[in-house]
Order: sequence, then structure tokens, then C-alpha cells
Amino acid sequence: MKQLLAILVDGSVYASWLFIISAGLTLIYGVMRILNMSHGSFYALGAYSGAAMVGWYFSTGSVPWFSFVALIAAALVAGISVGLLVERGLLRFMYGRDEVVMILVTYGVLLIMEDAIKLIWGVEPYFAYQPYTLLGRTKFAGLSFANYDFMLIGVSILIGLALWYGLNRTRNGKLLRVVIHDREIASALGINVARIFTITFLIGAGIGSLAGALTAPGLSVVPGMGIEVIVLAFAVVVIGGLGSITGALVGALIVGMSRAAAVHLYPDVELFVIYAVMGLVLAFRPQGLFAVANARKI
Amino acid sequence: MKRPLLTAATVACAMTTGAMSLNVYANEEYKLGLVTFLSGAASGPFGIPAKNAADLVIDAINDGTLPAPIEGKGIDGRMITPVYVDEAGGATKQTSEFRNLVERDGVDAVVGYISSGDCLAIPAVAEELKMLTVLFDCGTPRVFEEADYEYVFRTHSTASMDNIAAARYVHENVPNLESVAGINQNYSWGHDSWRDFTETLKVLRGGDIEITTEQFPKLFAGQYGAEISALQVNSADVIHTSFWGGDTDAFVLQAAARGLLADNQVIFTAGETALNSLGEHLPDGAIIGARGPFGPFAPESELNTWFQTEFTERFGTPPTFPAYHMAHALIGLKLAQDKAGVGASTEEVITAFEGLEFDGPGGRVEMSRGKGHQAATEMVYGRLKRVDGEITFTDITRYPADCVNPPEGAETVEWIKAGMPGAECN
Repeated sequence: MKQLLAILVDGSVYASWLFIISAGLTLIYGVMRILNMSHGSFYALGAYSGAAMVGWYFSTGSVPWFSFVALIAAALVAGISVGLLVERGLLRFMYGRDEVVMILVTYGVLLIMEDAIKLIWGVEPYFAYQPYTLLGRTKFAGLSFANYDFMLIGVSILIGLALWYGLNRTRNGKLLRVVIHDREIASALGINVARIFTITFLIGAGIGSLAGALTAPGLSVVPGMGIEVIVLAFAVVVIGGLGSITGALVGALIVGMSRAAAVHLYPDVELFVIYAVMGLVLAFRPQGLFAVANARKI
Repeated sequence: MKRPLLTAATVACAMTTGAMSLNVYANEEYKLGLVTFLSGAASGPFGIPAKNAADLVIDAINDGTLPAPIEGKGIDGRMITPVYVDEAGGATKQTSEFRNLVERDGVDAVVGYISSGDCLAIPAVAEELKMLTVLFDCGTPRVFEEADYEYVFRTHSTASMDNIAAARYVHENVPNLESVAGINQNYSWGHDSWRDFTETLKVLRGGDIEITTEQFPKLFAGQYGAEISALQVNSADVIHTSFWGGDTDAFVLQAAARGLLADNQVIFTAGETALNSLGEHLPDGAIIGARGPFGPFAPESELNTWFQTEFTERFGTPPTFPAYHMAHALIGLKLAQDKAGVGASTEEVITAFEGLEFDGPGGRVEMSRGKGHQAATEMVYGRLKRVDGEITFTDITRYPADCVNPPEGAETVEWIKAGMPGAECN
């Protein structure tokens, strides 16, 4: 019973973390058909800017609780600003190119951002642990959990709800869905596709950056951290179906629960289980669980 | 009258020529390839402290300001010019980079390698290119257990020492020890560390030890929530971890926030690098290792005082064990070159290096294993204890090199399973 409870809680926390990371990635692909390799760098950018801001904030001796605001605001400002620079300064000139070309372009952005991060923040680890410990911990059934991790679950639910509401219940969301469905027809109908692309990329970059900031308090922020998570994020969106927010949610839950179960029951297969699940899903649904297979246009 | 004049002229000419040639030699540079992580997750906690140590020690060697007993400017009079290479990129890339250092840059020697994967890949290339190479930080015992090398040296002990000593420490210092659990990284370092620790413990306790859970998360996973829960569910008297760098930091932060470190006895075999940054999260009683007598466990000496003071002043943080490892590698190389004499061939330097014994800032280094190419040093563990808010250590136990390192020619696992014959612990 204790083990089952641990699996459920650990799986939920891990799934929440994965969903926050993958949501922006899958949104950008769904709308723009760009498999954004630089998503991991936005994650790292959010972690660095958030950690730096929290470090500065606590050095001023200000009220500890507002450090959450500092953490999130710094990440969003950094992510959206750099996202705007990347989209307006580079990606917009590449739209319409083959998806493979876009992978190479965004991979180039990843390399540039990784080096830019090192130029700005150096290679020494950054710490922003205060928000992680500030919320304390909860004990139940002989187990102890950090309340910060429960907050992550809440944030991921909020992001999921906001994306669902934005896509399904707002005018801009409906316009965006038209672009997802068929960008040529959307353009013919007078929808400003370029503007939709910019907004989508900024939202995706902002969520990626936010994911990094929310992760930063639980670890040391070091160079290369963005590259480590991008592989996991790809696994999640591939399982759920590229471009599907619901798919990212379900993919994150499957990966999170599978990994937690493996850690508790068969630790030896912890590393293998994520990719085994991905392989299994792809064997039966190559387009992922929630993506709709499209006929190729000629 | 003519003859003495001729003789004097000849002698003067010879002296001048000799002095000139010595001068010419002194003006030559000693190009040294230095390979360490300058990017990626291992750069912050390992690569950069090691590079900082290299900068500090090379400057001191060139200026001749290293404290006694190390003497003389440069390496056999030549000024060291470092050629830095980033270790990131994996073993295949590093073998190419090694060839570049030798064939393109024309280095005189190479000091490098933190990753065990690189340390296993490079020696074969070093032998092929006949390049004197000093491995400065990697821990795998396989380098000299699986092969003999002529051109390759390692100036610190293997990771086996850390874990054999860790097992001895918990066996001697944890009362009523009945069970252990482990969380180690899922690659050779983590698996070998856990194996050496548990096998030694089984030998010391006659098999009377229960393993409650063995966790092997991916290297640089960063998220250990499920593993921490598993360690809570499968409670043990001691939790062993050989995590290093950013993984140590993340585990300490997350485990401390969930009370795991306060409720359990944890031994961190490579935890010293976390002391400066996250010491406040480590509870009193945590057992800390530094992969040798380094950092807070370094013996008092003029050389260590110099190293700690200069390093802290120059880089704003005390030196951790990767910095000590680098310092030992450079000092060992200098002493071997100096011992071989001015103008010595690489083979003569190798002969001088084999079996060399020297004192670095981290104490005595004996090149007594691997046919004189592999060092053995003492190992130290201690319990963290705060005194007036400052981190200090209590219950410090120093294990002699011959107590925790397999003897010459022995294979680590076989030696442990045989009951560690010949171990001298007193």
C-alpha cells in the first residue's frame, strides 16, 4: 500500500514536470510544424535566469515568498524576449522549408544558445534552492514529500487548463486551430498566419523557459542541462503524438507512472522502461496516441 | 705560452657554447596538453576547478614559487605552455583530439581525463603515438587491471579505494549495522562503486548484511523523487551514494527537502564537492568522502597551505578534490621530468616516473601499482559536524594506502572476495 502510494505520487510529480517541459514543444510543432530542437535551451535559459534572479533577490534580504514571483517573472521575460529574437530574427525566413531543414536550423539555435548561456553565466553551478525548501514538506503513510513538488502538479494542471481554454474557448485559439488544420486555407481565409506563428513560438518558448525556472530550485543549474531534458521531452511528445496537447499530457502520465513503477518495483529497468513504452506505442500507432494520421499532400 | 692560451680559449668557447645551449633549452617551451571538461554538466563541479588548479600550479612551476620540496623553474628548465582541450563529446571525439594534440600541436605530454570512458579509450592511442600521458581524475580500476601501459600514468587511486574504505568506515562506525541501500549512477562508475562497497561489506560482516534497495538512475537525471521514495519505503541503516557533481547537488537538495538525510545515515563517497555550495543542507552526522585525502581531509603541510590559500584567493572558492587531482598530476609530471634530467628522452622520463613517490598538497602519492604507473594513496572519511555554524568533521578515519587499495597485480573484485589478503590497516 505504501509502495503503491509512493508510485502514484512520484509518478504524478514526474509526469507534471514532463508535461510542463513538453507542452511548449508539442504546441510549436502542432502549429508551426517545427520540431524545435532549441526547446531544451529555452528550458536552460529559464533555469539560469530564474536562478540568477532568485540569488539576487535573496541577497537583497526581501520577503522570501515573493521569490516565486521573481523566479517565474525572470524566466518568462527571458524566454519570451529570446523567443521573439529567434522567431523574428531567424525562423520567419525559414518558414515553408522542409521539416528536416527546420530541425537543423533549430539545432543551430540550440548550439548558439548553449554557448551564449555559458558566456553570460559561466560554467559554475547556480543555485536557487530557497523556493524549494520554503514550502516545507508533508508526511503521510510513513513517507515524506516536498510540498514544492505538489505545487508542480498544480502548475502543470493550470498550464494544461490554460492551453485547453485558450485553444478551445477563445477566438485566437480557434484561429490557431484553423492554422493547425490547414495553414494554406487559413491564409486564404485572411488569417494572419505569420502573426499566429510568432505568438505560438513565444508561448512555446515561454512555457519551456518556465519549466526550467520551476525545475531550478531542486537542482544545481549547470551547462548542458537543457540537452539532457530534450530527449525525455521528445519521448513524451512522440508517445502522445506530435502536436497534440492532450497527447503530451497522456504521454507524460504514461512515462511518469511507468518510470515510478520501475524505480519501485524493478529498478534495473528504470532507464529502459521509458523507451520501451515509446517503442511499444510507435509499433502500434506510429503517429503517436493522439495525433491524427494525415494524408500526404501532393 | 700559446698552448695555455689555446686551452683557455677552447674552454671558454665550450663553456659559452654549453651555456648558450642550456640557455636555448631554458627558453624552449614545454607544451602540455590539458584535457578537462570545459563545457557540459561535468565542467562546473569538476572540469573548471581542475583547470583553475592547472592555471595556478603551472604559473607557480614556471615562476619557481611552488613551496618546498618542489624546486626549480619550469619543467627541466622549460616553461610550460598549456594547450587546453574540452573533454566534452565522448571517447571517440577525445581520441581524435588526442591525436590533434600530439600530431598537430606537438605537445610534450598530456595531462587529462575525468571521464572513465575517456580513460579507457585514450591509453591505447597514447601507446601508439608514444606520448607520455597522465590520467588525472578518472576512477575506473580497469585501466591498469586489464592492460599494461608504458606511456600512461595515473597519479591518484582508483574508485575501488573510495568504496572499500567506505565499507570499512560504516562497518566500524555505524552501530547495529544490518542493512544498506544504494543510489548510484547508471554507468560503470556507479555500478562498480556499489559492487565494491557491498562486496567489501559482505566480507567484513561475513555475509551478514541486507541490501534493501539498489537504485541506478541515469547519469545527470536531475530528478530523484521516485528514488528518494524508494529509499524511504525500503529503509536501511546506511544509504550509500557515489553520486558526483551536479547529481550530488540535486540529490542533496531533494533528499534534504524530504527529510531523507536527517532521518537516515548517508555516506557520500564523493560528496566533498557539495560542501562549499550546499553544506547547509547536509545534516550533522553525514559521512563525507573526498576521493582521497583532499579538501578538508588534506594533511597539514606547507604545500597544502599554499595550495588552499592561493586557490581560494585567486578563484574565490576552496579547492575540491578534482583540483587536488590536477595538482598531483602536474607535480608528479614535473618531478619525473626533473628526475630524468635536462634533455631526457620520453623513455627516460617514464623510467623516472615509474615507482615515483612524492608529496603533493593532498599528501603522499606512491606510484606503487600497475607496474609503477598507478598511484595508491590513503583514503579518509569523516562525519560532518557544525561548530558555531562552520562545517567541521568528527570521527575522521584515515585508511593507509595498503589497507584500501588492492596490492600490485591483484584484480579488485577477486581481491575483495578473497577477503582482502595482505591489507595493512594498522
